[in-house]
Amino acid sequence: MYSLGGMIKLFSLKQEKAAEDQASASTPSTKKVAPGLIRMQKDMSELKLEKGMKIEFPNGKDDLMNFKVTVMPDEGIYRSGKFTFDFKVPASYPHDAPKVICETTVFHPNIDMDGHVCLNILREDWKPVLTIQSIIMGLQFLMLEPNADDPLNKEAARMMEDNRSKFTQLVRDTFKGRQMQVGAKRYDFPRFE
Amino acid sequence: MDADLTEEAERFGDVSKILMRTGPLANEKNFGTLFSPAVSFEPMPEVLQFIRTMARVLVVGAGGLGCELLKDLALSGFGNIDVIDMDTIDISNLNRQFLFRKVDVGRPKATVAAEFVMRRINGITVTPHYCPIQNKDAAWYKQFQIIVLGLDSIEARRWLNAMVCSLVEYETSETGERKPDLSSVIPMVDGGTEGFAGHVRVIYPGISGCFECTLDLFPPQQTVPLCTIAETPRNAAHCILYAHLIEFPREFPDGKADKDDPEYQQWVFQRAAARAQQFSISGVTLMHTQGVIKNIIPAIASTNAIVAAACANEALKIVCNCAPYLDNNLMYMGAQGLYAPTFKYERNPQCLVCGQGVVLETSRTTTLTLLMELMAEDQRLRLKSPSIRVEGGKQGDTIYMRGILEDEYRQRLDMPLHTLFDSGTELIVTDPGVPTPLKVIVTFADIME
Repeated sequence: MYSLGGMIKLFSLKQEKAAEDQASASTPSTKKVAPGLIRMQKDMSELKLEKGMKIEFPNGKDDLMNFKVTVMPDEGIYRSGKFTFDFKVPASYPHDAPKVICETTVFHPNIDMDGHVCLNILREDWKPVLTIQSIIMGLQFLMLEPNADDPLNKEAARMMEDNRSKFTQLVRDTFKGRQMQVGAKRYDFPRFE
Repeated sequence: MDADLTEEAERFGDVSKILMRTGPLANEKNFGTLFSPAVSFEPMPEVLQFIRTMARVLVVGAGGLGCELLKDLALSGFGNIDVIDMDTIDISNLNRQFLFRKVDVGRPKATVAAEFVMRRINGITVTPHYCPIQNKDAAWYKQFQIIVLGLDSIEARRWLNAMVCSLVEYETSETGERKPDLSSVIPMVDGGTEGFAGHVRVIYPGISGCFECTLDLFPPQQTVPLCTIAETPRNAAHCILYAHLIEFPREFPDGKADKDDPEYQQWVFQRAAARAQQFSISGVTLMHTQGVIKNIIPAIASTNAIVAAACANEALKIVCNCAPYLDNNLMYMGAQGLYAPTFKYERNPQCLVCGQGVVLETSRTTTLTLLMELMAEDQRLRLKSPSIRVEGGKQGDTIYMRGILEDEYRQRLDMPLHTLFDSGTELIVTDPGVPTPLKVIVTFADIME
């Protein structure tokens, strides 16, 4: 008789075990938790919200991958406004960044009228070590310090650079719930008390 | 030697030279990583017989690498090959995916590849599976001796890696050490190519570094800042991305962009061309549009051939134990030269996918609070503020969350563990004190059925 080595020996061991498994009704295979979800568990349990911020889970507390964050700046051009950002976190998180859309209509150099947000860490500077906390801090910063050098809404950026006080006045006017023409379209702006 | 064996040995003469006689490079001293104590290679006809009739190989992907792999493995003597692929043949595949012809366009890659190999090589069974890898369960993957991967996405590799790692069973040795049961370890050989570059990697789940252990080494996809796309496009790709990412959602707020739909590609192409003209940018073509929105990287046939050959070589060495195998990664850089350096990916001892986890034994009536105290006291864990998740928990997947959601879970603290999950369940635990999540397996000393 030959002494078969290595994989071949394992092969027969495996056959035996398969037969055993069949005899004793095989154990149900455990499902694997999606890695993105595990990382979200960590991000969410360690998330600290500053005063004037709110987080909501529209699909219930078990769906951590979809949520809305509301930022309420207490100073700057956008003070006393309430801006809701919708987060959609892909299963491949944190390899890929969450998708963030601003749901509140706002006249802002870095947010366009469709709600796209130009924040470097959401796209070109995203790194897996960043967290939901980092993105929320980035959004908060964006609402405190709009940046005209990197415009997504060119009209807003130009106005802010040309005449900051006029721009501020215009933004404050939109907070009264007015309509305003931006580009080719008129937009309804929400009213903030 | 009986007649059949002799005939086979002659037919696979080149492989026989390796399997039926020894040599300076044979695995006599066992340089491989799997067996301890070493199992040395003994040349004999039965080894060829084993790969001809018994060993089963799974090839994942029947694309550029897959076609090469099937041909190489079949000609190396493997007699039972399964191939799985969810794609159908596109006309653009024909230049390098040589098992396909023009009449096959639109048919499943796995099916056509299997038919071709069986028609061309006598006495081989190639079983096609035209479906996503996710459609097959653990019992199905268990059948194979080795899995060879010819994939093009990180996501698919990650899924398959997690699946194969989950098949590993552990046994406790006399010294109380938990070790993988080798008969449940299915080695994976992962091939990958991108232009002139490629890699071959051997993964022994539970023994060598797995795909998840080293996931951090893959750079995130290159992206262009949104403001560049929106306001200051400089090249054709920026114009195409504008149509794809900004114009389409604006015009069809409820529409879903199907990147494979020719009509959608045409729409994006036309919009991009208009924008390119506005900014005096040249180079927007339909082909470039497809390339950008589908993220296509040029594929080179010779890179596929080299990487697949190295993969098939590893598969043969591993299954037959006839020569030391790759430990555990080889890089091919065809643009730089011929030298293909190798290095070893280390394991991440805390890897959630291939790590063993920490076993805690307690009683089924222990409350969640008490379990958390155990986690705080245990020297291996020392967790002060754990959040706990389990797949398929009796009260939902989240067992406990800290932070903003803690109020929702506080009433669970007094619940006995058996109302939350079963004995032997794997808990995924995160804690601010440790950078990576931990796997904790809780067993009940007093299981009652």
